[in-house]
Formats: sequence, structure tokens, C-alpha cells
Amino acid sequence: MIEAIFTYEFLQNAFLSGAIIGVIAPLLGAFIVVRRLSLIADALSHVTLSGIAAGLFLGQTIPAFAAVNPLYFGMAFSVGGSLLIERLRNVYKHYQELAIPIMMSGGIGIGVIFISLADGFNTDLFSYLFGSVSAVSRGDLYAVIGISAIVLITVYFLYKELFILSFDEEYAKASGIPAKAVHMAFIILTALVIAVSMRIVGVLLVSALMTLPVAAAMRVAKGFKQTIWLSVLFGEISVITGLISAFYLDLAPGGTIVVTSILILLGVIIWKKEKN
Amino acid sequence: MKEKPPVIDIRDVNFRYDRENVLEHINLSIPQGAFVGLVGPNGSGKSTLLKIILGLLKAKEGGVELFGIPQDKFKEWDRIGFVSQKANSFNTGFPATVSEVVMGGLTKKIGLFRRPGQKEKEAVAQAVRAVGMETFLTRNIGDLSGGQQQRVFIARAIVSNPSILILDEPTVGVDSQNVDSFYRMLTQLNQELGITLLLVTHDIGTITDKVTHVACLNKYLHFHGSMKQFVELDEQELSDLYGHGIRLLDHHHDH
Repeated sequence: MIEAIFTYEFLQNAFLSGAIIGVIAPLLGAFIVVRRLSLIADALSHVTLSGIAAGLFLGQTIPAFAAVNPLYFGMAFSVGGSLLIERLRNVYKHYQELAIPIMMSGGIGIGVIFISLADGFNTDLFSYLFGSVSAVSRGDLYAVIGISAIVLITVYFLYKELFILSFDEEYAKASGIPAKAVHMAFIILTALVIAVSMRIVGVLLVSALMTLPVAAAMRVAKGFKQTIWLSVLFGEISVITGLISAFYLDLAPGGTIVVTSILILLGVIIWKKEKN
Repeated sequence: MKEKPPVIDIRDVNFRYDRENVLEHINLSIPQGAFVGLVGPNGSGKSTLLKIILGLLKAKEGGVELFGIPQDKFKEWDRIGFVSQKANSFNTGFPATVSEVVMGGLTKKIGLFRRPGQKEKEAVAQAVRAVGMETFLTRNIGDLSGGQQQRVFIARAIVSNPSILILDEPTVGVDSQNVDSFYRMLTQLNQELGITLLLVTHDIGTITDKVTHVACLNKYLHFHGSMKQFVELDEQELSDLYGHGIRLLDHHHDH
């Protein structure tokens, strides 16, 4: 395995991207879960899919777009979608969760139209849906590194604002913290992380990498910082184990990563039960 | 030496929602170091008066001065700590330790993009000690009882070192056997740290022997004086003040 990583560039791309995503997806996921926004991650991943499909379609039909990584279309759609969700949540003040099915079906609907226009499913699209060990390019890896740097810096410097906003939104607003701006920054980061994580775990499973490790960590952690560290640890174990088994068993890594994190989650729940 | 201005000075404040008068001719002056109980039945305008003090609502007539400064020119809002009714906004399953929650009270003071240092950690430890929760520093807030959680929120309110603490029905959700020790802690904050307290409650009976001043609100502010004067009022006078027959002094006498 180690030898193969040094030999094949595609494996380097996949493992490095995976290792980084294993940190940032659960890191943002910790805030998403405690704010009860887990489903927003799901909605955004579906919107990202329509962006990717649009990128693939444009790449096929207009030569000028062929050189553009569809991932960037995914990012643009995801960020646009996150802003739309916020709008919809304000429109339906008393039924805020309505924003999620609207965006989810909208994302899939638009995605399917572009997919049909681009002559149906192909292997490329399959890798976007369920992740891939072999399809991660150098360009994808650079995008992952860039986005991750932004995420880490933002969370480091806005940690206390993000924390208080998650813990007690009313208090945060009352004490004069720029709650709206911090929330927008957070939602945009989430959209970007979802877009870049999708290359490894796939559109359909990206929200799992943001929520399952956190779900496990919350069972055992003392405090929020510990929840974050444990989430990152569980996320990292899931990604690495998932990628290795996907490589050897020739499976889609999205599946192996999610199954690994579910096993960790089960293990933690059972361990906690035994302990009490 | 010039006498210190009152912490809160409300002068002839009127307030109405639509056409209904909620507050009429309210005058209330809270001296530094006092422990004021603001009591009144539900719907008496207590919350409205609090919102006016905190600048969340604007009085239609009359004025509010904070620390001798007219409210619209007042900038030092971190001198006023506020503890709302328990559990109206925070989610009990949240995985945060007591020290993380209390540190949250310094968010604004530390400022955007900065991270807390040693000084802030010490302030948190001190605030947690002041409310008697120092053995719970690393416990998750959700694992504590209602009364303990309320102490933690008071620690969060005092960690930024305010001069006055305004408490809105703080004992709602605190079980009855812990209410007494909760009030003892408030008295300590008042006497040892010199924090002025304004306690809002509908339950007059439990506070009569704790506060130094009492104000009864029911659209009008009926009484505002020291506790000694208050207990000397006879039942008829009290009934007139409070709007209906009450037996609030039962609590105060032994029988």
C-alpha cells in the first residue's frame, strides 16, 4: 500500500485529499450538528451535484469549458444554494425546515436535467456520486488544500463567535456579536467543504462524513472542544480505513468510509452502554 | 465628594402597546450596591420595563439614565449583566463544559478574531467560584440540575465584571430545596463583590427577607422603598399596592 502511494500519483491525490477532508468535514460538522443543521449539509450536497452536472454538460458542449474542473461549478452552485437556503428560511419563518426539501429536490431536478442533456450517466458521474480512489486529480487536491486552509484559519480566529452562536443564538445576538455575518461566513464555508469533500466520499454521502463522526463523539466527549477533537479523530479513521479498503477491494470509497463511520458510531454507543 | 449616580434612574416613563397602557408614570432609582426586588403579577409590565432598561424597547415618554448617562448616549453595555429565564434559548443536550459556557460571556469583551488568554481563563475560574460551581468546571452543562445551570449562567453574566446584574425570574426551573441556597449566593454576590442586583419575579413571598429594596409593579409602580418600610405596611395597604389580596408576609413570620 505504502509503496503504491509513492508510485501512483492518483493514489497520492486521493489519500492526501482524504486525509485533509477527514479533518475539515467533521470540524465544521461539529458546529452543524449542534446547531441542528445536519439536513442543510444534505441539501447542499444535492445542489452541488447539479453544479457538477452543469459543469460536465458545459464541458461537453462548449470547448472553452472543457478545461474547467466541474468541481468549481459544484462550489459555485453550493455557495449559491447556501445563500438561497438562508433566504428561504426567512421566507418560511415558522417552517424553516421547508427550505431543505425545496433545495434538495431543486438540486436533484436541475442535476438530472443536465445529466440527461449530457447523454446520461457515465463513470465520471458515478465517481461524483459515490466518491473515487482513482478519479481525484492534482487540480482537485489543490482545491481541497486551498479550501481547507481557509476553513482552518476562519475557525481558528472565529472559534469563540462560532461557539456562542451555536450554543445560545439569542445571547450571541443580545451581546452585540455580529451574529449574522459570522453565520453567513459559516454557511459559505460549509458549502465549500461539501463541494470539495464530494470528490472523495461522493455527493450522496458527504453529509455523513460531517455528521456521523460528530454523532459518535457527542456520546463520549466532555465539552465542545473535546467533541471537535474526537469528531476529527473518528472522521480521519473512517476516511483512511475507507480508502484503503476501497483500494484493495475495488469498491467506491463513499460506501466504505460511511460504513466505517457507522461501525465506529455503533462501537461508541455500545461502549457507552456497557460503561453505565 | 460627589455622590455616585444611581445605576439605573427611570424618570416618569410611560409605555403603551397599541392603545393599551402598559406602564404609566414609572419612577425608579436603583442606588449602587442595592439588591432590588421588582415584583408584580404576570402581565404587570415587568418584562416591558426590563426591555426599556436594556434599551430593547423605547419608552414613549420619560427617560432612562444608566450610571448617570442618558440611555441613548450610553455605550458601556458590558457594565450591565443580564440573566434571562432559564432554558429559553439554550439547548440542554449541547456538549459544552461549564468553563466553556462561562467563557462565552467574554466573547464580546475579547473582541473579534482574538482568542482568550490566561487573563480570561482566570476571570472564568473566579466567576465560577463566585457562584459556587468550581467543582463542576469540566462537567457538561446538560448533566447539571436546573439550579446549577442557572448558577452557571450567572457566572457567564458576571465574568465580564458588570456593575449591575439584572435577573429575570431566575428561580423558574430551580427546585424548591435549592432556591434558598440560590438566594444566599445572590446575597454573597451583592455583599462581597458589590454587584448591584435587580431581581424580577412574580413571587414576592420568597424574596422579602433577601432584598434591600422592593418595587411593586402593576402598570404603576406602587411602592419603592426599603425592605423595612415594606414589611411595616399592613395588609390593607399591601392589597391596595399589589392590586389584590395577598398573603406575602406569611413567609416572613414564623408560624
